[in-house]
Order: sequence, then C-alpha cells, then structure tokens
Amino acid sequence: MKYIDEFRDGQVARALARAIHAEADPARTYHIMEFCGGHTHAISRYGLEDLLPGNVRMIHGPGCPVCVLPVGRVDAAIWLARQPGVTLCTYGDMLRVPGSKRLSLLKAKAEGCDIRMVYSTQDALKLAQSLPERQVVFFAIGFETTTPPTAVAIRQAAALGLANFSVFCNHVLTPSAITQILDSPEVRELGTVRLDAFIGPAHVSTIIGSAPYEYFAEEYQRPVVIAGFEPLDVLQAVRMLVRQLNDGRFDVENEFSRAVTRDGNAKAKALVADTFELRKSFEWRGLGLVPYSGLRIKECFAAFDAERRWDVPADSVADNKACECGAILRGVKKPTDCKLFGTVCTPENPMGSCMVSAEGACAAHWTYGRFRDMKADA
Amino acid sequence: MTLPRRTHPRPLDIASGRVDLTHGGGGRAMAQLVDELFVAAFDNEALNRGNDQAAFDVPGGRMVMTTDGYVISPLFFPGGDIGSLAVHGTVNDVAMAGAVPLSLSAGFIIEEGFPLADLKRVVDSMARASREAGVPVVTGDTKVVEKGKGDGLFITTAGIGMVPPGVDISGDKARPGDAILVSGTMGDHGVAVMSQRESLGFETAILSDSAALHTMVAQMVAAVPGIRTLRDPTRGGLAATLNEIAAQSGTGMLIRETDVPVRDAVRGACELLGLDPLYVANEGKLICICADADAERLLQVMRAHPLGRDAARIGTCEADPHHFVRMETGMGGVRVVDWLAGEQLPRIC
Repeated sequence: MKYIDEFRDGQVARALARAIHAEADPARTYHIMEFCGGHTHAISRYGLEDLLPGNVRMIHGPGCPVCVLPVGRVDAAIWLARQPGVTLCTYGDMLRVPGSKRLSLLKAKAEGCDIRMVYSTQDALKLAQSLPERQVVFFAIGFETTTPPTAVAIRQAAALGLANFSVFCNHVLTPSAITQILDSPEVRELGTVRLDAFIGPAHVSTIIGSAPYEYFAEEYQRPVVIAGFEPLDVLQAVRMLVRQLNDGRFDVENEFSRAVTRDGNAKAKALVADTFELRKSFEWRGLGLVPYSGLRIKECFAAFDAERRWDVPADSVADNKACECGAILRGVKKPTDCKLFGTVCTPENPMGSCMVSAEGACAAHWTYGRFRDMKADA
Repeated sequence: MTLPRRTHPRPLDIASGRVDLTHGGGGRAMAQLVDELFVAAFDNEALNRGNDQAAFDVPGGRMVMTTDGYVISPLFFPGGDIGSLAVHGTVNDVAMAGAVPLSLSAGFIIEEGFPLADLKRVVDSMARASREAGVPVVTGDTKVVEKGKGDGLFITTAGIGMVPPGVDISGDKARPGDAILVSGTMGDHGVAVMSQRESLGFETAILSDSAALHTMVAQMVAAVPGIRTLRDPTRGGLAATLNEIAAQSGTGMLIRETDVPVRDAVRGACELLGLDPLYVANEGKLICICADADAERLLQVMRAHPLGRDAARIGTCEADPHHFVRMETGMGGVRVVDWLAGEQLPRIC
C-alpha cells in the first residue's frame, strides 16, 4: 500500500527505537503527552511502548472527540432524538457513548427513536433531502478536523433552502484544551503530574497549522512536535522530543511536514470563521468548563442551529462517581488506576467515555495492552 | 430436469412479477411458486417427491448437523449473492468438523413485493452452488411476510454430513505448541460487501471469497486425520474466531502480523473505512490448528488446492491462563487481538 507501508516499516521502527535508546539519558525520565486519540491508538495498536526505553513514558491526552463530550451534551442529544418528528444522525462512535441513567443513543434507538449512523455530513444532508417530512438533526462533534465539513453542510443547507436540516453543534478547539491541562493545579502548582513535552495533533494541525502551538512552547516552556498518526511518525516524534529535552530547547517542530504547514488550511479556517463563533465557555468531560473552547453556529445561520430551534436542555450532569475518566483525560491517572476499568467498564459495556472510542485511553489499553497488567497479577 | 408435478394455467411472471402474500398462503399460488422456482431449480429425487420432509439412507457412523441464517444486505455482491452464500456457509460449517456434507435444507422468508426475477436469480445461484458442491437441497420451506416486516429476503439452511472414522475435530482441542494455519487471504468477503453499500461510494476489484471448502478439507483430513481444530473465520473475522478457539481450548495464542495474508486492496479499503482486516468476515477461508509436526504437510495439501493457494502459518498456540490471543506487530511490539466490541459492520452474512 503506497504512502502507508513506508510509515509502517518494521526495520525502520527498530532502527528508530535503537536511536531513542541511545539518545535518552538514563539519569532522567521523559514524560511525553500525546494529545490526540489517534496517537494513543497507534501506540497501542502497534505495541510501540514495547520499543521505548523504560524512562520514556507516554501519557495519554484528551484528544479523543468522543471522550471529551460531557454527559449533559449526550443527554441533550438523546432529548433531541426523542422530540416528535426528529431524525437524529451522527458518527458511529457517538452511538455507544453513555449518557446519564445508563442511556445511550443506541439504547434510545432500540426504544424507537429514529437515530441513524452517517459517515459524513454529506450523508446527513442527503438524509434530510430524502426525508422532507422529518426534522433531520446532525449531532456534530469533533475537533478542528471535523468542523470544516460541518460548516460546508450548513452553508449547503442554506443554499438549498433545506428547512428540515439543523446541526447540534459540539465542535471544540484543541489549543484551549492544551492550555487548560498546562494550567491545571496538578501540572502547574502541585507538580504531581509531570508533562515534559507534547506530541502535537496530526489531522487537527493540517487545518490550524503549527503556529498556534508556538504560544505553549514559549509560555509554558514545553517542546511540541507535530506528528502524523502512523507508527513511524510517533517514534520519530519521540526521538525529536527527547533531543529537544536533552538540549534544553522548547521549540515547535513539525514531523508531519507532508501534510502540515505553519499556517494550516486558510480556506478551511475562513469557512469555520464565517460559520461559527466562540462560546464563552464549553464543558469538557474531565476538564470541566474551559473558556473559549467550543464553537456555536453564527446568528446568520441561526435557522440551522438545533439549539435555537429547540429549547435543548443545557444541564451539566456529573459523571459516575467511581469513573476516573476526568483524571485520565488530564493525564493525572492511568486507566488501570480506575476501579471500574475492566471490571464493570469494558468496551462492550462502557461506563465512562474513555472506554467507548477506539481512540480512548481506556479502550486502547483494554483492547490492545491489558495482557501486560494480567501477566503481572498471575 | 424433471417437469413440474402440477400444471398451472399460466406460468409465473418471472420478468416483472412480485411475490405477494398468496405465495405464502398454502394455496395454488404457493404450489406454483414451489414448483416453478424451487423444485425446478434444485431438482433432485428426494425433493421432487413433494413431501414435507426428505427421506434418505445414510451410512453408519458419526453425523454432524448444523443450521445457519442468512440476512446479508445487499443480497447481491461482487463474487456471490445470498443464495450461493447460504449453500457455502452451511457446507463449510459441516466441513469444519472434517465431515463430508450430504444434504441441505433451505427455508425462504420473503418480504411481500420482492421481485420474482431477483428471487429466481438467487434460487438459480443457490442451485448452481449446490450442484457444484455436490450437496443437494432435499427439503425446503417458503414463508411470505408483509411488506415492512422483512428486508427483501432471508434464507436459512441446515446441513448434515458424515464424519470419517477416526476423525475428531473440535474447537476445544488446541494445545500449547500447536501451529495456527490459515487457508488464504483475510477480509475479502467483508470488503466486497462493504464496497456495495451506497453511502460509501467506492469501487473495488475485490470479490467475495465465498466458496465451499469441503473438498479441500477432505484432502486435509486424508493427509492428517489428527487435525485438532478447523473453523471458518466468518463474522468477526480471524480475530473473533481465534478468540473463540482460545477460549474453548483454554490456551493462549501468539500470531505474527507480517505472516497474516491480506490483499493490498483489502488493506487499502480497510484503511479508508477505519477497519482492521483481522475483524473483517471471510466466507471461503478456514483456520486450522494442528500439531507443529503436521503443519508443513497440511500447508502443502492446502496450497495444492485452488482454494488454499495462499495458505500460511500465522502463529503458535501457547500456555496462557488468561487465554489471550496476542500479536507481534510489524513494528516489533506485542498487542492483544481482542474480540470485536459491538458491531462494526452492516449485515454481511
């Protein structure tokens, strides 16, 4: 498979691993957070932790769009799906995310709500066109990568005069979340969580570019390497971060130069800016209310905003008390620190959001890596 | 071909007619559908006698029996259709005991309004698959459900077969040290079916691998009667089937990613769809667990058969109290190959 196999070459991986072993200083530790679920997934799926020295530790960040959506927003989507005449559609991963009272969209569907899985916003538009007697609501989630397609759909709906289409917007911004983590008491004051460096998002950065990370690198003195989602990308990024830390540098470097530029995708950014505006704050699972971290639909497209069309409940709903998703998403705890992990919370029956998506830290560890914990028990 | 037993004043309008509720009502319309479509296509002595059951003689020994339901959507896909699949799937379930399949039954649940032309296409394909496999459909059943109560057409088939003396193949017989073999490339069927889904909008040259494996199995069993386990990795793919065997046998398994045969086109499609080929269904492949010493012999037999040309050893069973199926990745790391969580795919079998 051209353009894929080159980034999954086992020989190159072993050579990179040897280089990391040689360059990592045995007298210190390296705590590297990969922000994105895509990286978490690659690390687990390819068993990359086996290739790293013991003093290079990967900390899984909150960059899984499904995982950071708070219970209240899932409940709101279920509420929307229950409104008479509404057909709710969304990406497949969202269907299994638990809301409160052990409900999920999948369970609401089984109760009789009309809930459909779509692969793209274009499918959602087609659905609205094919069901003129229904109100089709697209439950939009995701970081900067999935935001431009939602903007396109809203503008197309406006151009078509598609009155039965609307969007329940839950798009969020990566830089605000990274700031929130770096400002958290555990990192900034207590020092209980060590975060030495970041692997920056791959797909998100194709849109926003590498420039937005320059602020963290300088202000918080943490090096950032933007990396692709292939296993060799991740290993190469780790090597670049180890070098920066050894040299005492904190630069923004771009390993994913085949897709990311400093300024990103100007057209996509303009589309998003013309369609959405910042919310003053938005709730994230695990991070709480994060200022200026979420988007809402601009007034000029109000007709396509599900939150304006219906009186959608905006309650904040607490997570299950025993669920550690919040601490896990901030890098404060590991999946195995959670009492629910692997006992009552499994991918078949997720209690917390980190167990839902394949990109969630808990699902990734349970699905690919749990044999390591059990060998230790046996 | 035997002529239909009863004569009907006007033949079925295959070209533009549709199944209606009278075709399941037990009256003349149903008799005509059975005669002109099913009996005409399947045409064998036991069926042609027109009884509600088939009577036949069997040799003495151990028999196997299996049943399966087919609800695939779409009904027609590159490399097959629900009819051929309903024959191959059940023949394979019989063959995975090392048995020689003898005969099949077929039950059709048809939604009111289903085009007779499509039904004939399915039944003809099913009859062709049955003739090619040498396993007749000896008895059947037809039901028609109201529009909206089915999805076009569902088929169930049951099959019986005879196990050769001395053969005892079962999912609970894998032991640490045993070799794990596959008969060919993984994921072809699932990707072929997925490519037909309208919303995905991509075309691939991949055909379903749907095929009856019993002739290859017969040669394998003749060469190595002590095969421990045979199973076809259908729903859930290689990953689910290895986990089933590991759980049944109480052993662990370690496979090597680079040894699992997967076509480039299947890998590419899976990459686009966010799927893992290890979890994608097959309908003409088998997994074989055997003693390490028998592995080479069995690989030779499989590779000499047209359905086993890409056969490969992918790993080894190991002692593990947790019965993990683990994989050494192409990167050199190790990870669990877990059961599939939830449902990734539409109906594929």
